[in-house]
Amino acid sequence: MMRLALRLLRRDWRSGELRVLLAALLIAVTCVTAVAFFTDRIGQALNRQAGELLGADLRLLADHPIPPAWREQAGTLGLRQAEFRAFRSMVMAGEGARLAEIKAAAPAYPLRGQLRIAPASFAASQAVAGPPPRGQAWVEPLLLQQLGLNVGDRIEVGDVTLRITAVLSAEPDRSGAMFSIAPRLLMNLADLPASGLEQEGSRMQYVLLLAGPAEAVTRFRVAMADRLAPGERLEGVRDARPEIRSALQRAQRFLGLAAVVGVVLACVAIAMAARRFARRHLDTCAVLRCLGARQAQINRLFLWQMLTLGLLAGALGSLLGFAAQGVLAALLGPLFVVSLPPASLLPVLMGLAVALGGLLGFALPPVMQLKSVPTLRVLRRELGGLRPASAGSYLLGLAVLAALVAWQAGDGRLALAMIAGLAATALVLWLGATLLVRLLRRLPRRGQVAWRFGLANLSRRPGASVAQVMAFGLGLMVLLLLGVVREDLLDAWAGRLPADAPNRFVINIQPGQLAEVRAFFREVGLPEAEFHPMVRARLRAIAGKPVVADDYRDEHARSLVEREFNLSWATQLPVDNTLVAGRWWQAGSDGKIADAAQFSVEEGIARRLGITLGERLSYDIAGQTVTATVTSLRSVQWDSFRANFFVLSPPALLQDQPASYITSFFLDPRHAERLDALIKRFPNLTVIDVSALMTQIRGIIERVVLAVEYVFLFTLAAGLTVLYAAIQSSLDERLRENAVLRALGARRRRLWQSLASEFVTLGALAGVLAAALASVLGWVLARQVLELDYTFNLWLWLLGPLVGGLGVGLAGLLGTRRVVSSPPLVVLRQA
Amino acid sequence: MLQSLSEVVLKVEGLGKDVPALAGEGADRLTILSDISLAIRGGESVAIIGPSGSGKSTLLGLLAGLDDPSRGRVLLDGVDLGALGEDDRASLRAEKLGFVFQSFQLLPMLTALENVMLPLELAGRTDAHGRAAEVLARVGLGERLQHTPLQLSGGEQQRVAIARAFAVGPSLLLADEPTGNLDPHTGERVIQLLFDLNREQGTTLVLVTHDRELAARCDRVLGLQDGRLVSGA
Repeated sequence: MMRLALRLLRRDWRSGELRVLLAALLIAVTCVTAVAFFTDRIGQALNRQAGELLGADLRLLADHPIPPAWREQAGTLGLRQAEFRAFRSMVMAGEGARLAEIKAAAPAYPLRGQLRIAPASFAASQAVAGPPPRGQAWVEPLLLQQLGLNVGDRIEVGDVTLRITAVLSAEPDRSGAMFSIAPRLLMNLADLPASGLEQEGSRMQYVLLLAGPAEAVTRFRVAMADRLAPGERLEGVRDARPEIRSALQRAQRFLGLAAVVGVVLACVAIAMAARRFARRHLDTCAVLRCLGARQAQINRLFLWQMLTLGLLAGALGSLLGFAAQGVLAALLGPLFVVSLPPASLLPVLMGLAVALGGLLGFALPPVMQLKSVPTLRVLRRELGGLRPASAGSYLLGLAVLAALVAWQAGDGRLALAMIAGLAATALVLWLGATLLVRLLRRLPRRGQVAWRFGLANLSRRPGASVAQVMAFGLGLMVLLLLGVVREDLLDAWAGRLPADAPNRFVINIQPGQLAEVRAFFREVGLPEAEFHPMVRARLRAIAGKPVVADDYRDEHARSLVEREFNLSWATQLPVDNTLVAGRWWQAGSDGKIADAAQFSVEEGIARRLGITLGERLSYDIAGQTVTATVTSLRSVQWDSFRANFFVLSPPALLQDQPASYITSFFLDPRHAERLDALIKRFPNLTVIDVSALMTQIRGIIERVVLAVEYVFLFTLAAGLTVLYAAIQSSLDERLRENAVLRALGARRRRLWQSLASEFVTLGALAGVLAAALASVLGWVLARQVLELDYTFNLWLWLLGPLVGGLGVGLAGLLGTRRVVSSPPLVVLRQA
Repeated sequence: MLQSLSEVVLKVEGLGKDVPALAGEGADRLTILSDISLAIRGGESVAIIGPSGSGKSTLLGLLAGLDDPSRGRVLLDGVDLGALGEDDRASLRAEKLGFVFQSFQLLPMLTALENVMLPLELAGRTDAHGRAAEVLARVGLGERLQHTPLQLSGGEQQRVAIARAFAVGPSLLLADEPTGNLDPHTGERVIQLLFDLNREQGTTLVLVTHDRELAARCDRVLGLQDGRLVSGA
């Protein structure tokens, strides 16, 4: 039976019966596996190369110097140790100054993985055993480019001058673009003290690297896990790089769900193609039954065929998916990690599951009807057609899709939201498409014959027309959203920023420098700016209850609790702030605020951390506990790009604590050199170029959008297979009709016109629907999610129907060219 | 031709068939066949003749167990077809019945050889390939094993169908207007082949036709009119 099944399958393939079915399956498998292969590679980078991504087997990260107890314990267990410090600072060369991510490493760094350097930018690199010797620096090509430097030139890091002796090509524990804002400078730890950059208030990360036998590493971990102080974190191979992991999880969900949209459309095509397949095998089955085939045998025959087809599509689609992931890897890979390992074979399993699931859910319902074809059909052909498709028969398929969504979403609530979203979109599309097709029927039947024929064809097959309008409407809507609405939203966001919004932040200004810096600002003609104090503090207790990171499920809240953040003081409510609850402190007649023990908290962070009005917060500031009552909540307009703070207090509460100052201002790009002079004079200051940062963020968004568009290309391809499946299902009928028409004297040109009017109308209807949906979604995104003003873009209404009409028209004519080109006699004879 | 006229192979008792009437036809059921009784012995060749719409094809379908009668019963080698389920009837067909159709009913995507192998494979025969090639050689198509139906003429297609029908060595062969789609010359050759094989294999042959000349070559002719047997039973 299996041999017969394969033989029939091979012959069906040769005669083209299976093309649409296989194409739909391939698209579903390819888009799912492309995403899976890509995320698998990043996952592997995290898992298999975790040691390299850490530069060690275990590392301790702290926001303060590593306590000696850690080193002693590691020494007792015989672990190898290395150390580095990482921070952001300005580096200078000649008159120029740029922000760099500096790593000052001890000679043993790295313990796992390798550093690679090159004699010049983009030259061939070679591995080296450790960081540069004293007095030298290795830098990434971007920094050389920004400062106009070459290998051999000198560069100032704080108070120390280093010679650049190589370009840094690879660094095992370097993050991708999403996690770094400036190029790297690698120097020797021994040069750090001379730079004078390690001082109070500087945000420096202290990292202790450990490596050794697995058993010793585990023992160290077990011994020290309970002794972690606030601000200290252990990262092992399994939990390496949580920031990349969570970004990866988001990418996986997002791209995975985008792929699901393609799979949904592909399943529509699978269902349509399988119906045609079944219809064309009714006679075969009747003959087989007549020749004595039992129902179970017929079932087995087609099950074998579907299984073979599924395995074939799964394997082939996975291969295509593997090829397709290359584009995703090129677009998104650099955002995560510096280099990607090859993919594993795991996504192939997923590909097979998608192929078999799609067939099981959407192809089997019609195909399994074949076993009950009346045998008498061999004598009377009109007997025993297929039962009409019902939603009920596809319940299994819908369950398969729901399972796929749940799998990709990876969490129940998101999955439910996605399923509800898909169902709602399908419902809206169905209503819209049905309405439009109905309207078409009402249209007065005047005008050219060809035109009338085309439109009549659409309303004569309302089910198929609605399905096609829905499929294209969805595909086009996605394209319009990504192509047009995205630009609108980005522009609306950028447009909301005033032209003179601050574009530079200067941080790390020490209290002793404040007067001098102010004077310098005036001297070189930098704008008058406000300087805000910042006091680094760690939240210890809310309403007397100690704050523990493990109490928070929200990842963001956990990281807020784990790290130090900046408190500030103010007399007046800052301009970008609005009071939402409580009262702002008022100065008495003596100009003093009577009760200094007050905090004003930003409402977002209050919600995240569960802080309410009237509660007492305790902060640890350099070992001292400061407690005050929350007397007001504020909302802050963060994207004003002025310095703002989560927690403010009256001056008296904090002004005796160690502080540094921050300012932000608008710098005319023509006067960039004035800042270089500032850094030259005060090398400890750090300048953050917001516009460069914005450009970088926009660059990242562009890449992400390109990747999403790429995944949605599969959706479009799936939409096209729906068109082809629909054309195929009506092809026999069309062939016969047109043969009769031509036998009656209709000219080929007229037939072409009739077909063209049918498909162009179909596409244009889908385009109208797509434009409407994209407008609504754009509005919802703008108003509800991004809180922007949204102006409806008339281009949508032009582009949607135009692209839809032309695209579908062309594809439709290509798909039906046989209808016009086959000689009528041949067709009539076959019928 | 009348060698081994032995036991009754096919026995029909009081067979009748009604179908739901179309709107506007008065009664709500339309009688296609009524009160058909007949017995056919092993090795006999029987023609059922009658004008279009007389119920010939319906009778043939009932004899083959392709459809359920409204009344009466059909016994094939003593087994009541009505007492069997769909699948058991299919198994019985695979074992004992051969079929030749007016429109050949070859599977277009399979070669001549594969079409003939089909019933052998369905019956689980391991020598399907050899046996099919042998029968095809017997019908004169030994050179055309790998041709698909579209590459064969009508006469050749019907010879493939005959080969397929005889491949399993059936005890009863049913033929529905076997020459209906063929020109007279080709039809004559196909009929000759059918009778030759029938004799060689000792098969019982029941054929439906409206060709009186063809019918006259059979041992017995049953006349059917308006769903009733009018002669030969």
